[in-house]
Amino acid sequence: MLAPGLYHILFISAALFFIGVYGFLTRRNLITMLMSIELILNSVNLNFIAFNKYLWPQKMDGLFFTVFIIAIAAAEAALAIAIIINLYRSHQSIDVGNAEDLKY
Amino acid sequence: MPNATTIALIPLLPLAGFLLLGLFGQKLFKKSAGLIGTALLLAATILALYTAYEYFFVYGKVDGVYQKFVLLQLTWLEFYKGVSIDMGIIIDPISVMMLVVVTFISLMVHIYSLGYMKGEKRFSTYYSFLGLFTFSMLGLVLASNIFQMYIFWEGVGVSSFLLIGFYYDKPSAVAACKKAFIVTRFADLGFLIGILVLSYSAGTLDIGTLIQRLTSPESNVVKTATAYSFLGASALTWGAALVFIGGAGKSAMFPLHIWLPDAMEGPTPVSALIHAATMVVAGVYLVARLFPVFSITTPGVLEIVGWVGALSAILAAVIACTQTDIKRVLAYSTMSQIGFMMFALGVSKYGGEAGSGYTASMFHLFTHAMFKALLFLGAGAVIHYVHSNDIKDMGGLRKYLPITHITFLIACLAIAGIPPFAGFFSKEEILHAAYQNNMAVYWIALITSGLTAFYMFRLYFSIFWNKETPTFAKATAGKEGGFAMMLPLVLLGVGAAAAGFIPFGEFVSIDGKPLVSKINLVFSIAPVALGLTGIMAALWLYKKQNNRSARLAASLGGFYKAAYHKFYIDEIYLFITKKIIFNLIARPAAWFDRNVVDGLVNLTGTSIQAASEGIKKVQSGKVQQYAIYFLTGVIVLAALFIYIWK
Repeated sequence: MLAPGLYHILFISAALFFIGVYGFLTRRNLITMLMSIELILNSVNLNFIAFNKYLWPQKMDGLFFTVFIIAIAAAEAALAIAIIINLYRSHQSIDVGNAEDLKY
Repeated sequence: MPNATTIALIPLLPLAGFLLLGLFGQKLFKKSAGLIGTALLLAATILALYTAYEYFFVYGKVDGVYQKFVLLQLTWLEFYKGVSIDMGIIIDPISVMMLVVVTFISLMVHIYSLGYMKGEKRFSTYYSFLGLFTFSMLGLVLASNIFQMYIFWEGVGVSSFLLIGFYYDKPSAVAACKKAFIVTRFADLGFLIGILVLSYSAGTLDIGTLIQRLTSPESNVVKTATAYSFLGASALTWGAALVFIGGAGKSAMFPLHIWLPDAMEGPTPVSALIHAATMVVAGVYLVARLFPVFSITTPGVLEIVGWVGALSAILAAVIACTQTDIKRVLAYSTMSQIGFMMFALGVSKYGGEAGSGYTASMFHLFTHAMFKALLFLGAGAVIHYVHSNDIKDMGGLRKYLPITHITFLIACLAIAGIPPFAGFFSKEEILHAAYQNNMAVYWIALITSGLTAFYMFRLYFSIFWNKETPTFAKATAGKEGGFAMMLPLVLLGVGAAAAGFIPFGEFVSIDGKPLVSKINLVFSIAPVALGLTGIMAALWLYKKQNNRSARLAASLGGFYKAAYHKFYIDEIYLFITKKIIFNLIARPAAWFDRNVVDGLVNLTGTSIQAASEGIKKVQSGKVQQYAIYFLTGVIVLAALFIYIWK
């Protein structure tokens, strides 16, 4: 079986990124949008890992970055869900279209 | 040597009164404002008299010549080396004489107003305005710098404006104060340009230095300035003429006199102070102050001064004969008498015997202040009693107003030039000066002095004789004014009777050397006879009620009508301003302003508004739209980065 190379992983990462962007731009549900953001973040993580492994195998920088990003993504998800819950309490909906009045 | 502190206090005391009463008057000094103002002015008057005594009898004369002292020059604004606006004090015969006149008349008016303005709602405001006026006038008189003079010149203009419009709920008073301010302000524009021309030529704003530099015809300054010419006249001629326009506006000379009769809308004591005795002679004072420049450097302008004065004198005298408003008659008479002062300056020469016109002019200024203030205050007493300005409502008042009657008679005799009253001496000297220098002006002056006697006694007989029983209801009439109103009348009456005996030429002359005035009895026959004729004519026409005056007016026909309508000068002004200036200049300018200037401003506004309307749509609140903008931006940047910038 052929071992996957850098380009394979970068292709998956790019695919993941654009799926995330597509989801973020088209979904109306805020939770789905949050999930799309997670996809984008993970595509970045994949990039870090791939570059670390294939280009500078003796270093650990990419790994550490990824660990930090996962931690921050967890915190961010908690925060975002808190916001969504508050939004639901005040608007009775988690549709992004109903949150337009936040611009005022 | 003169004491600068003492002299500086003279204008500063009224200023203190103005500030005190203006700031706190309505609250703290509602009742006592008059007494405070009067007390301050009494102090100023005493200081002025003391200064005059010291100057004329103690230190002023050195080797038989009165010296000019410049005390206290505080630089206020320096343009460049040598040209600066200073606040200074000049002491010479005419400024000391004016100090006495202004403080004395102002004191009389302050005292008189205690009675006349009693119970007035803005009593303290009135006194603070009087203080402002007195301060400005004294500052003008003492100015050692021509720009300082201009500043105070505007100061008297403002206080005159405020006092004419004192009854600001009366539309005619508001119109009059605006008219006075605009007309004099218009003339002051000439004064300002004149100052700039003269001071630019001389390279200084200091009056003494300016005169010194401009009066030596060989000097470089004069040569350069005469080299510049405009419309055939040299820069200096233009400068002097423009300065005279300022003086003519303030002194109500033809054709800038139209504001003075309307200014009578102010309270009568104000008319006495500002529009008879002091402010309106500021123009004469200005010409006298710069007299060396006028007579040595620009004799042509001095000739104009003479003719404008003579023309104003006779024109105003003719109009005065037809007016029925007591204060308007006096206003035209003021204009006529100032005309006398002006042409006396106009026919004068510099120095020695030929400078007698200058002395005569100043002498007439002095005596005129006395008797004209008296006439106005007397008229005020009459108006106070009758509650009307129209002489048709008066008549037969001599039994009801005995003191006013006697003092008014003295003033009338003085202005008519009947010996031995004050006006006789000064008018005689003016006529003498005119006789020696300019026969045409002399004849005009002679006729005018006859007319003066006629219209003054027309007024006198119409007020105090004419009808045996007054037409107004006796119940409404009060008593003759109280002590406060009668005291100034009596004091001024004494002044009007006796001021002529002051040997004025001893003290005031153009070069400071005493000038012995020669009253020639033979020469006096003509004017006195004419004056008596005028009085007799008035006696015949107005002593008893009759229709002679009406028949006379009818026989004069168009001429009488023209004079009654003040020769339609107001109408001419209205025609020029309304029809010509408004239609041809103001309206197109207004159109341009409304459509082009405003249009440009509005266009900027609407285009910015439209642009912001467009930009506003970008902020929609739709998160995903923002994300698209963001993504597009990133993609564009990435493309640029990859393909162009590498």
